[in-house]
Amino acid sequence: MTTKESPRLDKPWQSVSPGGVVTDVGNSVAYITGTWRTLRPIRDMEQCTQCLICWIMCPDSAITVEDGKVAEFDYDHCKGCGICAERCPVNIKRPHSYTGELGKVIQMVPETAFDTDNA
Amino acid sequence: MVASRFMPLDGANAVSQAMRQINPDVVAAYPITPQTAVVQNFSQYVADGIVNTEFVPVESEHAAMSACVGASAAGARVMTATSANGLALMWEMLYIASGMRLPIVMTVVNRALSSPLNIHCDHSDAMGARDSGWLQFYAESGQEAYDNTIKALRIAESKELLLPVMSCQDGFITGHGVERVGLLPDEAVREFVGSYEPELYLLNTDSPITMGAWDFTDYYFEHKRQQTEAMNSAMPLIEAVSQEYESLSGRPQPILDCYGMDDAEYAIVVLSSTAGTTRSLVRQLRAQGKKVGVLKPRLYRPFPAAQIVECIRNCKAVAVMDRAISFGAPQGMGPLFTDITSALFVAGICDLPIVNYIYGLGGRDTTPPMINAVYDDLEEIASSGDRGDLVRYVGLRG
Repeated sequence: MTTKESPRLDKPWQSVSPGGVVTDVGNSVAYITGTWRTLRPIRDMEQCTQCLICWIMCPDSAITVEDGKVAEFDYDHCKGCGICAERCPVNIKRPHSYTGELGKVIQMVPETAFDTDNA
Repeated sequence: MVASRFMPLDGANAVSQAMRQINPDVVAAYPITPQTAVVQNFSQYVADGIVNTEFVPVESEHAAMSACVGASAAGARVMTATSANGLALMWEMLYIASGMRLPIVMTVVNRALSSPLNIHCDHSDAMGARDSGWLQFYAESGQEAYDNTIKALRIAESKELLLPVMSCQDGFITGHGVERVGLLPDEAVREFVGSYEPELYLLNTDSPITMGAWDFTDYYFEHKRQQTEAMNSAMPLIEAVSQEYESLSGRPQPILDCYGMDDAEYAIVVLSSTAGTTRSLVRQLRAQGKKVGVLKPRLYRPFPAAQIVECIRNCKAVAVMDRAISFGAPQGMGPLFTDITSALFVAGICDLPIVNYIYGLGGRDTTPPMINAVYDDLEEIASSGDRGDLVRYVGLRG
């Protein structure tokens, strides 16, 4: 039922859907909102307790879970709101695997630290 | 052609009768003078089981148009009615209805907008909504209000258009004025409007869709371009439906109702009921040998620019009468005048002496002697070569 075709930005006005009716239901998946992000959440997988609080809290369903465990961030749709990092209940004992800082398992890193738009 | 049955009806009741014959799926409305009679009569048909419409008595016009938008999006054939401040309260949803391409048909019984508070006729309510993406018909009589309502439904629901339509008539003057109105047989109206079969609607669970969704910087502009194209290219459809209705009813359904315009030297352009007053005067003046004429557009949106220009271009002087002021427009001209002068300019006609008369605000009577004075002015303008004041006032003290 759903398709994953991205919104076409080359579509002329003559062929857009009249009234903005969306006939392709569930197509918000195809809308890449990850480009809006200025801060990227990074998880220290080794110190994560798999409580899944981040997965519950994420407003964009951008944390994927496999076999009952958090797997990775969906950076195509993560807008970098930081709720996962804010609500992460685990205060890590060792420095974070990416930032080297103490604090939470999930920490927000400025996008300027990365070369590419997405992950 | 089928024979009409004639009844003594006021303009509001004539529209109620059209709505009864159309038998829409949903009517959501709120009472406001002078529109009240339209839905009051219609709600009686609902109560009596004469129609099987879902009548939604809402708490405001804001809610009325919201309910209409929801019902239309769901796939229903929807009608409503309002006036003046009620129309103003619908403002937000007017644009939502047209932007979502919902073919809602609404009768507007024209009334002055407050303040100061006034319940009588002028066109300030509907004229303010002229940019809202609704088609607008203006009726001279209860008969035209009845005919326009039925045509409006067919036009709105046409697959190539899908836009809402306002069918306007003058509050009290025709809205409450009883006249002889010919009604088509019920089955003829039902056959003319057909059944409403939307292609895309929310209650179609076999083919789920989303309507009224967020439209970002990357798509909104394209949708608006498409919407204006629908309006711009609606004229052939409107003419075809009008022609078909004319064949059915035997009543002429021109976009422009012209009287004496073939060889008129002095012309008045005016909407709705005052066109009748003007026509009766033209008849008298013609008997005296004066080459005068009157042009009454029955359609205002989309604006029949080329047709109007063609009709008045050879006149010696033209008066455009506006029952509304476009406050802050050059010299406070009315909307019909700005549209006609803009159409003339675009057609390259810049030397036609043309003046604007604001008349009838708040229901002020506009009598034959007042209109006679306008024709006198036009003769004076043409003979002296001096246009004088661009914007003038009819029936105003002082």
